[in-house]
Amino acid sequence: MRYALRKLGLLVLTLWAAVTLNFVIPRLMPGSPADAAIAKLAQNGPVTPSVQAAIEAQLGVPGGSIWDQYVTYLNNVIHLDFGVSYTFFPQQVSELVAGALPWTLIMVGAVTVIAFVLGTLIGIGAAWKRGTWMDSLPTVAGSFLSAFPYFWTALLIVFFLGYVLGWFPTSGAYSATAVPNLSWEFLGDVLYHAALPAITILITSLGGWILGMRNTMINTLGDDYVTFAEANGLRGRTVAIRYAARNAILPNLTGFGMALGGVVGGSLLVEQVFAYPGVGYLLFNAVTNQDFPLMQALFLMITVSVLLANFLVEILYGVLDPRTRR
Amino acid sequence: MADTTADPTTTATPAIADPESARGAESVNGPRRPARTRLGRTGQVLGRAFATVWANPKARVGLVILGMFVLMAIFAPLLAPYSPHDDSFGRNEPGSAAHWLGTTGAGEDVLSQVIYGARVSLLVGFVAGGLSTVVAVVIGLSWGYLRGWGNDVVNFLVNLFLVMPGLPLMIIIAAYLQNGGLPMIILVVVITGWAWGARVLRSQTQSLRSRDFVTAAIFSGESSARVVFREILPNMTSMIAGSFFGAATSAVLAESGLSFLGLGDMATVSWGSMIFWAQNSMAILTGQWILLFAPGLCIALLATSMTLVNFGVDGLSNPRLREGTGR
Repeated sequence: MRYALRKLGLLVLTLWAAVTLNFVIPRLMPGSPADAAIAKLAQNGPVTPSVQAAIEAQLGVPGGSIWDQYVTYLNNVIHLDFGVSYTFFPQQVSELVAGALPWTLIMVGAVTVIAFVLGTLIGIGAAWKRGTWMDSLPTVAGSFLSAFPYFWTALLIVFFLGYVLGWFPTSGAYSATAVPNLSWEFLGDVLYHAALPAITILITSLGGWILGMRNTMINTLGDDYVTFAEANGLRGRTVAIRYAARNAILPNLTGFGMALGGVVGGSLLVEQVFAYPGVGYLLFNAVTNQDFPLMQALFLMITVSVLLANFLVEILYGVLDPRTRR
Repeated sequence: MADTTADPTTTATPAIADPESARGAESVNGPRRPARTRLGRTGQVLGRAFATVWANPKARVGLVILGMFVLMAIFAPLLAPYSPHDDSFGRNEPGSAAHWLGTTGAGEDVLSQVIYGARVSLLVGFVAGGLSTVVAVVIGLSWGYLRGWGNDVVNFLVNLFLVMPGLPLMIIIAAYLQNGGLPMIILVVVITGWAWGARVLRSQTQSLRSRDFVTAAIFSGESSARVVFREILPNMTSMIAGSFFGAATSAVLAESGLSFLGLGDMATVSWGSMIFWAQNSMAILTGQWILLFAPGLCIALLATSMTLVNFGVDGLSNPRLREGTGR
């Protein structure tokens, strides 16, 4: 329990740091993003004082008191008030983010878990059959594939599976004719559209898990208790899974938290290629239109999601390994 | 940037912890056939290090590929048939004898652009990788050696930068500093990329701190800075080289990602910006997939080559990881 509380305290501190960083970045930049944003917004029509105040709180007013701005900003963040987007005027930034976040969270989350499980299993196999083709094939393929830029893998997959073979739709999250509802038909359509982005992320992130698991597993296999288990005449599979892999998986799980940031970053580029209506696609739109309020809010949401996922992994780690709880 | 590739070289157990490597470190300080000059000695050490890396088959492949890209970048004006900015050719031409890889939507020679693109990627990779390694060394070593309240603060900061998704942060900063060109990209990559190396180097410093030679140096009255940078640092050369190649790999990937999003300097020809323009001109629909394929393959090969070199660099300080016999 103390372990969980300590982690929770750390999470709150990290969240505060991320929120503050989000506050600091626009103020460190040359020029005045807030003025630029308000000028751009004015092209869409008159800027109401409340909108102006929200933008200034987020992006900085030249000459205003930093402390006052910070308090207003924190208050706005707590109420999820990020002002108005001018790419998608007059929609609230928070609405746009809320519409995009589920697509990314579900797709990237599901694929990451699948990649982790699959990669760990392959890694176990590779370490157990060390020195055979079952080891060298995944290791070499893994190191090569993980050097692929995410967006390039995405483009290749769009080209071959989408255009040349025509097996899967190449853009969007569901058919243009479909109406979002909770029927099986619609869910099937969503899965069908998620296939290509998901395959891309799976291919590029799998290698890291394979290599990580293989390396820790090889270290574990050298331990005395594994030799002892083997000398006792236990079945190979029992030794591999119940003895060695069980202990090797913990360090790999720590890597999970750190790799998550990279996977999320990569998936932003993947979404861009597939025009998948998630956070990455929205972020790309925001960047090309210099929509600073939307950009800042998206950055904050992505960071917060990653930090939360990390927190969950650490709690899980504590459950799995009693030693860390002390 | 903490990349997804859980680099096998960095997940390996701390190398110095075994007695074998202590002997390796010894031989660095006192070579068997001491060269007369300081320069000669450095040369000898470097030569031996290179031989160790070269002895690893994976690293050898990596060095060859990396060397080819370096040569390609240096001799680009001689190798490329045309100037990369020469847009006087037909548009969207397929491959031919005059243009091996065809021409772009703006009428430039694709092969020339691929060759010149190596310059940007290598420049960003080496400069940004080098700078983030310098930051990682300074922070990682002092953080691992010094004790005090500042430790917790640095620990917190490094962990924050480790878990924070690097690419979104890069995108945000790059969006504010639009048209900043290559220096901007390098700066962004360094800001987001130093934390991983700092953490690896810190744990290594911590394990070296309690060694006898460090205690001896402290007792002989050396200053902290000297102990850290003259006594401890030389023992971590291979780890530093490892984090350099790791950082350079993520720098290359980050540069291509930013350019692909149109956030780089779009006037310079880089592999990422080539893909950006190719996608803008719907190269897939016109069947010119080579426009996407060639630059992307170069990025992937360059990144792989540096990962492969790291397999050999690992063996520098940990003889157990060396492959083959006779050393």
